[in-house]
Amino acid sequence: MSTTSRRSQVARWGWRWGAPAVVAGLVIGVWYTVSYRLLTEDTRFLVPPPDAVVRVGFLDPVNRAELLNGLLLSARVGTLGLVTAAVVGICLAILMSQARWVEDSVFPYLVLLQATPILALVPLYGFWFGYGFTTRVLVCFLISLFPIVANTLFGLRSVDREHHDLFTLHGAGRITRLWKLQLPSALPSIFTGLRIAAGLSVVGAIVGDFFFRQGEAGMGVLIDYYRARLQSEQLFAAVILSAAFGLAVFMLFGTLARKVVGGWHESGRDSTPT
Amino acid sequence: MRPLTSGSPQRPAAVPALVFTGVSKRFPDGTVALAGVDLEVGSGEFVSVVGPSGCGKSTLLRIAAGLTDPTDGSVSVSTDHIGYVFQDPTLLPWRSVQANVELPGELRHLPKDERRRRADNAIKLVGLDEFARHRPRTLSGGMRMRVSLARSLTLQPELFLLDEPFGTLDEITRQRLNDELLQLFVSQRFAALFVTHSVTEAIYLSTQVIALSARPGRVLGQFEVPFDYPRAPELRFDPEFTRIAARVSACLREAGP
Repeated sequence: MSTTSRRSQVARWGWRWGAPAVVAGLVIGVWYTVSYRLLTEDTRFLVPPPDAVVRVGFLDPVNRAELLNGLLLSARVGTLGLVTAAVVGICLAILMSQARWVEDSVFPYLVLLQATPILALVPLYGFWFGYGFTTRVLVCFLISLFPIVANTLFGLRSVDREHHDLFTLHGAGRITRLWKLQLPSALPSIFTGLRIAAGLSVVGAIVGDFFFRQGEAGMGVLIDYYRARLQSEQLFAAVILSAAFGLAVFMLFGTLARKVVGGWHESGRDSTPT
Repeated sequence: MRPLTSGSPQRPAAVPALVFTGVSKRFPDGTVALAGVDLEVGSGEFVSVVGPSGCGKSTLLRIAAGLTDPTDGSVSVSTDHIGYVFQDPTLLPWRSVQANVELPGELRHLPKDERRRRADNAIKLVGLDEFARHRPRTLSGGMRMRVSLARSLTLQPELFLLDEPFGTLDEITRQRLNDELLQLFVSQRFAALFVTHSVTEAIYLSTQVIALSARPGRVLGQFEVPFDYPRAPELRFDPEFTRIAARVSACLREAGP
């Protein structure tokens, strides 16, 4: 490898990691300024300094265990809801793509479900199914169903006419056409749907949790609890952990998409805006 | 069937591969794509249809392949070994070249070894052996078109339908692919119906050229092309070639838009 290309690679690498690092440094600087310059000792709990957040929220073993347990519960809820929504959603989209009447009769209700603010429904589900694990999963399922159905259906429908002609020409049946043509070409759209749904599912797992005071404490319950008791170091730690979790899920699906469709479709590439 | 090395195009004695009698096509929205088209492609003949854009040329091929039905008239095809080359290469982007070329055999339930063997041969015929494992996105436009040709060769077509396959390629690649197609024509002995908007391309390839009018498409004239195969690129500058080109162009021009 020539020196110039190595140098440009180093420059690219430096830019890729250096620029966000500078921003992170600035943010922490502003954070400290607010904590120590703008706030007095009495009001410092509003924005506790970063080291206090790390010390109290993450390094204290008891607090850390509490946070991680909450995260684990929320992660389990979100994942189960998402997986169920993926299975049900993809199957539903396949059915819709095969028979117009299924789409005509089901789709309006999916839109209605999507349009109804999910939080308005949570108390109702609580009445019916209790405020336990099942209802929490149900919230995540419902919130992530629509983007999966809509994107999968769009993918199945947007196969080129000439590709369909090719399959017709060689006498391909419905199942063959679905399996060898429609589903593979829908994969990039399916991943788009999954990525959107995964983000929503994380939101559902944490926000829906605000309604669940009984049972095990998920992230949402913890956040509400810290807020009520003015434990702002732990509140900040919980927010940071939630953000990290959301980011991890987002990146997981990005990587997954790149692995599966990156070899042949633009959406799996690094450069695509997400 | 003609002997393999033969030169002069002769009227075939056998059953023609494709016959259109008074074929018309009207779409549900009322546009008439074809109006009373008669044409015949004898076995071992290479017929080109040339006409302006939107004259129903593609519809003609779709009808011949049975992808759509004529509103009027009748079509008879003597074989079900039909090769179809689309305007775009229409390769499946998630499949390798090899897997793309195997697709027709796969859809027709040929045994695995058989379709693999045929695909290998077809890929060799179009000179892409080294690229068998590549995905289409890594190939140039001309190479993708070759893959598309190879794919339609695997079922050993007796009738080859080609829908402006080289329309989007640059002139140099296009001429090279014309020659490759002619080599295949000479070695594989299929009958071909080739649609194009280039008069030169039509004459260079064909035993017969049919001029089609603007929409609704009607046959304006038929022109025999008396040159032997194999044909050399210089043929395009032959005085007789130019004369035929002039007649075809005049015929298309007189009909007007």
